[in-house]
Amino acid sequence: MNASTKIGIGTPLSRVDGVDKVTGAAPYAAEYNVANLLYGVTVSSRIAKGKITAIDEAAARAVPGVVDILSHANRPKQAWLDRSWKDELSIPGEPFKAFHDAQILFAGQPIAVVVAETFEAARFAASLLEVTYEGEAHNIDFEASLAEKFLPKPGSRRNNYHPPKSRGDAQAAFNEAAVSHEATYHLAPEHHNPMEMHATTVEWHGDGKVTVYDKNQGSQGVQAYLASAFGLGKKNVRVVNAYVGGGFGSGLRPQWQVQVATMATIHLERSVRVVMTRAQMFTHGYRPECTYTVKLGAEHTGKLTSIMGDATTSTSRFENNMEDIVTWGMMNYASPNIHGEYAIAPRDTYTSADMRAPGAATGMTLFEIAIDEMAYKAKVDPLEFRLINYSEVDGMNQTPFTSKALREAYREGAERFDWDQRSPEPRSMKEGRELIGWGVATGMWDAQFSKTSASAKLNANGHLEVACATSDIGTGTYTVMVQVAADTLGVAPEQITAKLGDSDLPTAPVEGGSWGAASTGAAVQLACETIAKKLFKAAGKMDSKPLGDAKFEDVEFVEGTIRRKDAGGQPLALTEVMRASEFTVIEAEETASPGIGGMISMAQKSRNTHSAIFCEVRVDEELNQVRVTRIVNAVAAGRIINPKTARSQILGGVTMGIGMALHEETFADARLGRWMNHSFAEYHIPAQADIHDIEVIFVDEPDAEVTPLGVKGLGEIGIVGTAAAVANAIYHATGTRVRSLPITIDKLMG
Amino acid sequence: MNEAVTLDRASGARVASEPIGSIPLAFTLNGEARHLHVSPWTTLLDLLRDTLDLTGSKKGCDHGQCGACTVLIDGKRMNSCLKLAVTLDGHDVTTIEGLGQPGDLHPLQAAFIEHDAFQCGYCTPGQICSAQGLINEGHAKNREDVREQMSGNLCRCGAYPNIADAVLEVLGTEKSE
Ligand code: FES
Ligand code: FES
Repeated sequence: MNASTKIGIGTPLSRVDGVDKVTGAAPYAAEYNVANLLYGVTVSSRIAKGKITAIDEAAARAVPGVVDILSHANRPKQAWLDRSWKDELSIPGEPFKAFHDAQILFAGQPIAVVVAETFEAARFAASLLEVTYEGEAHNIDFEASLAEKFLPKPGSRRNNYHPPKSRGDAQAAFNEAAVSHEATYHLAPEHHNPMEMHATTVEWHGDGKVTVYDKNQGSQGVQAYLASAFGLGKKNVRVVNAYVGGGFGSGLRPQWQVQVATMATIHLERSVRVVMTRAQMFTHGYRPECTYTVKLGAEHTGKLTSIMGDATTSTSRFENNMEDIVTWGMMNYASPNIHGEYAIAPRDTYTSADMRAPGAATGMTLFEIAIDEMAYKAKVDPLEFRLINYSEVDGMNQTPFTSKALREAYREGAERFDWDQRSPEPRSMKEGRELIGWGVATGMWDAQFSKTSASAKLNANGHLEVACATSDIGTGTYTVMVQVAADTLGVAPEQITAKLGDSDLPTAPVEGGSWGAASTGAAVQLACETIAKKLFKAAGKMDSKPLGDAKFEDVEFVEGTIRRKDAGGQPLALTEVMRASEFTVIEAEETASPGIGGMISMAQKSRNTHSAIFCEVRVDEELNQVRVTRIVNAVAAGRIINPKTARSQILGGVTMGIGMALHEETFADARLGRWMNHSFAEYHIPAQADIHDIEVIFVDEPDAEVTPLGVKGLGEIGIVGTAAAVANAIYHATGTRVRSLPITIDKLMG
Repeated sequence: MNEAVTLDRASGARVASEPIGSIPLAFTLNGEARHLHVSPWTTLLDLLRDTLDLTGSKKGCDHGQCGACTVLIDGKRMNSCLKLAVTLDGHDVTTIEGLGQPGDLHPLQAAFIEHDAFQCGYCTPGQICSAQGLINEGHAKNREDVREQMSGNLCRCGAYPNIADAVLEVLGTEKSE
């Protein structure tokens, strides 16, 4: 098909869900005001470890409007075996089960829910619950937990991790290197904090049937999970997540509020809503804290001869969350000798979790600070150093990439940024009382594809509906679906409805890993192609033979018509075909999957997005206050379906990267075993005033092989490496190298 | 209204009822005189969302720290989670639903769509009400001012540059920069 004559893919269509979002009409999980609704407020454990010895409910139950109080002591029946609580993205260990027994595994653990006729009554009564505990020794201090670090036996039940592939003798090469660098880097724990707090409204239909309006990134995963955990039968559980107020990974696995709300609904046989408080948003997954020792060896020219990495990240005591930390540097750069080590350290918190670009946002970012240090040691410009060590193939797996336009990204980004105007010496650029620094870093993420189904339905009036159970967590999936459908069938976007976020729709995986656009897009395209073929067949049966003897390959679908590519004959309106064939509707459902060919290709080639991030900071010479005044992020991510929403994805990733660089840090109080700063006042996420110029460039990167549409995905690449570009710019501005993120003022004063 | 993304509300949406502990409240809501009975501990935000089914105002923290719940009270922007409903007697409240509707968008709403000034959309009604408040205040003259004076409205999706673009377009000062 000739894309240039088509509408749809590649156009900056405004979000199709825009009107509903700006008018407040789009309903999120806590906004389905179903009849007879009860409100549940969850009580959180005050201790980090031990058990509940007593719960005195008298005062709480006396509050007018309170209907019931549920805890481990009186909860309804739920599955006992861990395997019944597995979710789509379960990790090795024992999944958390709210109210399962009296054990306390982490501070803030949900231990009871007060259900009342009004939110206010439930909230007040919850504050009156008297819980007595028997505490045990606990540890949530990361440094202390390192004494217990371990790597579960590869291939064992407690390990889903693929160890990095080492090669050559990296230690010997490091020892012999003309230039070498060794340092340990650290990333603080970060909490996702989407603006919408995790919420669930469960609508009770009677007879064990429920509709669950839930904040998550995969409705069908939550459906299967609830059906299994509460023994409900899948057909009795419908999960809806039509609008999701941000996820960033926090909704990949079912969160505890959906357990609590469903449990209360089953017990009371009434509809119940449970919403986490912002403080409770710090009682589930978080980006693991990380310590990462990097050793680099190079020749005098700056050519790397050895890359070594040894990282440890935090997990809980009940599950093993493992991330790829040390692989990213080894994949991105060329070095004959590489070696990677990894371990996890357990502590008494909830299990750490995937957060935007899990592994890469930590591993690539910290590694890119080390690379910057190495460039200074080798006395090579940091951008030049990266080009000297550019790897045409995946440096760890030694496989070719389906495409890698990182060189172009470096070039285009550097040009736009005026990198050649940079004065090489640290602390050599200044304006007034502000030190100016310019830094660069590289980003890398996976381009993934995941089996997905979609349906398409063309009505006699020309209206097209496409549907898929995928989620739109702000990623623009509604809009992508409309654009791909418009592109394939030549129907105007205004004539297309996209439906998603409902477990009743065709099967889709959880939305994460940046595979949404590529996978959902491919499924929608297939379903629309089937419609196209049906229309073509119907046109062939028309007496007037409007398309003559044209074969399917000879026609195209544009502007609501089928027409011959050779411009012969009149364009034939789709509605005309429908009418002549007496069709009221044409329907199709298709599944896009990598197939066997795709699987083989995946093993033979690496699929990745890349980016080059250039950053300017201004640092107040006396106060050490840092402002990120300019960022250019040049991204190589294959084909861009919608330049407008694509740019927004990168802006969002870069903004979170600035948070990682300067602000975001959850502090552990080792004595109490709690996260201390569980509010937006004390856990600072970037605000409007923190964000200045951000320029996004999409580098041309045609790639017919990576996924059916040539799309690589953009949800995560924007954050990867951004914090390193900031850190490297701060070093260039101040001459102070900070190896622990975030770079707060105190660290610069040091 | 773009029906592409309209999802049927669950059946039986609730109508205003009288919560426990009733205090009379007469105020103007989105141009309409309302006479209700509210309980003294109910915030304006919860009254809007839970009782009046005006769920456009969002709850992002319930502590006055995020701005998702911003509404206009007598034309001034206010975090509705910090405002007890009973204090509104005689006042004029405008929520996102009162600013503009599908088919009849407020210029800020149209500008937010055009500039892609949101992703998940959860902070958006608050951003728009806050931007209207900022315009009413009349202090913001340029991008720098807008960035500073819109900083009470957090956006975890990081739509800030686009939000500033949308607000500046409506302020009409972009050119004077
Ligand atoms: S909900 Fe009111 S400021 Fe956050
Ligand atoms: S658009 Fe998602 S928080 Fe602002």
